Amino acid sequence: MTETVKQDMNHIYLDYQATTPCDPRVVEAMMPYFTQKFGNPHSRVHHHAWEAEEAVENARAQVASLIGADPKEVIFTSGATESNNLALKGAAQFYKSRGKTHIITCVTEHKCVLDTCRHLGLDGFDITYLPVGSDGLINLDDLKAAIRPETLMVSIMAANNEIGVLQPLREIGAICREAGVFFHTDAAQAVGKIPMDVNEMNIDLLSISGHKIYAPKGVGALYVRRRPRVRLNPLINGGGQERGMRSGTLSPALCVGLGEACAIAEREMAAEQKRTTELKDFFMNKLTSELEDIYINGHPEHRLAGCLNISFAYVEGEGLMMGIKNLSLSSGSACTSASLEPSYVLRALGVEEELAHTSLRIGIGRFTTKEELEVAADSIIKTVKKLRDMSPLYEMAKAGIDLKSIQWAAH
Amino acid sequence: MAYSNKVIDHYENPRNVGAIEEGNDTGTGLVGAPACGDVMKLQIKVDESGKITDAKFKTFGCGSAIASSSLATEWIKGKTIEEASSIKNSDIAEYLALPPVKIHCSILAQDAIQSAIENYKSKQQQSA
Repeated sequence: MTETVKQDMNHIYLDYQATTPCDPRVVEAMMPYFTQKFGNPHSRVHHHAWEAEEAVENARAQVASLIGADPKEVIFTSGATESNNLALKGAAQFYKSRGKTHIITCVTEHKCVLDTCRHLGLDGFDITYLPVGSDGLINLDDLKAAIRPETLMVSIMAANNEIGVLQPLREIGAICREAGVFFHTDAAQAVGKIPMDVNEMNIDLLSISGHKIYAPKGVGALYVRRRPRVRLNPLINGGGQERGMRSGTLSPALCVGLGEACAIAEREMAAEQKRTTELKDFFMNKLTSELEDIYINGHPEHRLAGCLNISFAYVEGEGLMMGIKNLSLSSGSACTSASLEPSYVLRALGVEEELAHTSLRIGIGRFTTKEELEVAADSIIKTVKKLRDMSPLYEMAKAGIDLKSIQWAAH
Repeated sequence: MAYSNKVIDHYENPRNVGAIEEGNDTGTGLVGAPACGDVMKLQIKVDESGKITDAKFKTFGCGSAIASSSLATEWIKGKTIEEASSIKNSDIAEYLALPPVKIHCSILAQDAIQSAIENYKSKQQQSA
């Protein structure tokens, strides 16, 4: 039996948006495909190939089922970064000669979407970056206004990786379908956590990451609609695997892992959502009962329960991280980067830079326990109080000085 | 990124945190900006011979910023204002083994010392 995920109160993992541990059931399902059923799923002429192919096709069906797709519409990739690259570059290259040279995306997308769009921009494509409101959501009227006759695609993420807000996919899908443009969504953070249905939401391309949903790193999938058909130029050429869109021998073990992770998510999503929401409420209640001046970034309701981005006013994020070394989580502050600039996502929301510097992202996941959150909340409360006692900003704010009235010297 | 033991020590046991009540014999320096993620307030109390008898700080910033300002107060206490104003950011950075991306924390600490001394001197001139 595979070891279960370990609990260690000195090293509490609260960074589930960065990656997740493999579910032991996932690892269990994968094991035979390393040493026993090691065949090449594309060989198709003997027993070993057939059993590997069967495993891959079963996994493909499990992935498809989670998003309401047909298995033939799912192709395996190395992860969501590749899926996003393939969706955007693949479609852009195919449809370029048909005059479809405009792509609409949004300023808070993951770097792999933004950077891919930047490259397409250098290649002659016109990219519109929609702004977001202070709640982190795009405005649907902005979207409608941005669509033009040459618009090929709208690429809007399902759930944001930094702040956890959920974009209105159903409404975006309806707008895209009516306008006759493709709708791609990077659903790396949303799949398995909220119900997703590519037909109900009119999604034409959907990116999935394995390691965000308790499968291993190194595997993902891209949903590519067949009716109406979306055509993609491959990024990787070769033997024509994955309907010619992604050549290269698949890893049956990784595919089985992703499939099993999707099957577990589909079975347990409702119960897991309920549990995560209870844990989040417990955690937030504990924090707000002890600390004033803390703010959740992003829409209060349209969000993943397991992704909290919280600003602790008057306390710098990296300094805070140093005092909570028992917790593995991310800071919205980018003080370590040479630019000294805080998160581009928080800035896009219009979060003031000083508050953006004070934010932490806390990820609650499948293996998070109430005991861990209790310890985590205590650590955060203790450190925030200590740092506020030595914060000149807290002292000034408490003395009634408006921090904005001071002429700060930028450095 | 790994912090040096000295940074960790000053972060966990900061020296001279607090405030000095403003008077003619004190100087206050407030440097940095919240939007940049670092603000330091450093205060000194100076006796008639020009010796710094007390120093306090409060800092909003990362561990290296807290450690730099904590170290600065420790170093200037007991020094004359001339001696204190000769402390260089490179001395602080070297002592705390700050990595290149954190050098600005030591620069800010040096600025805070200078700014506190200037504030003290301007008060002296006004009362003179």
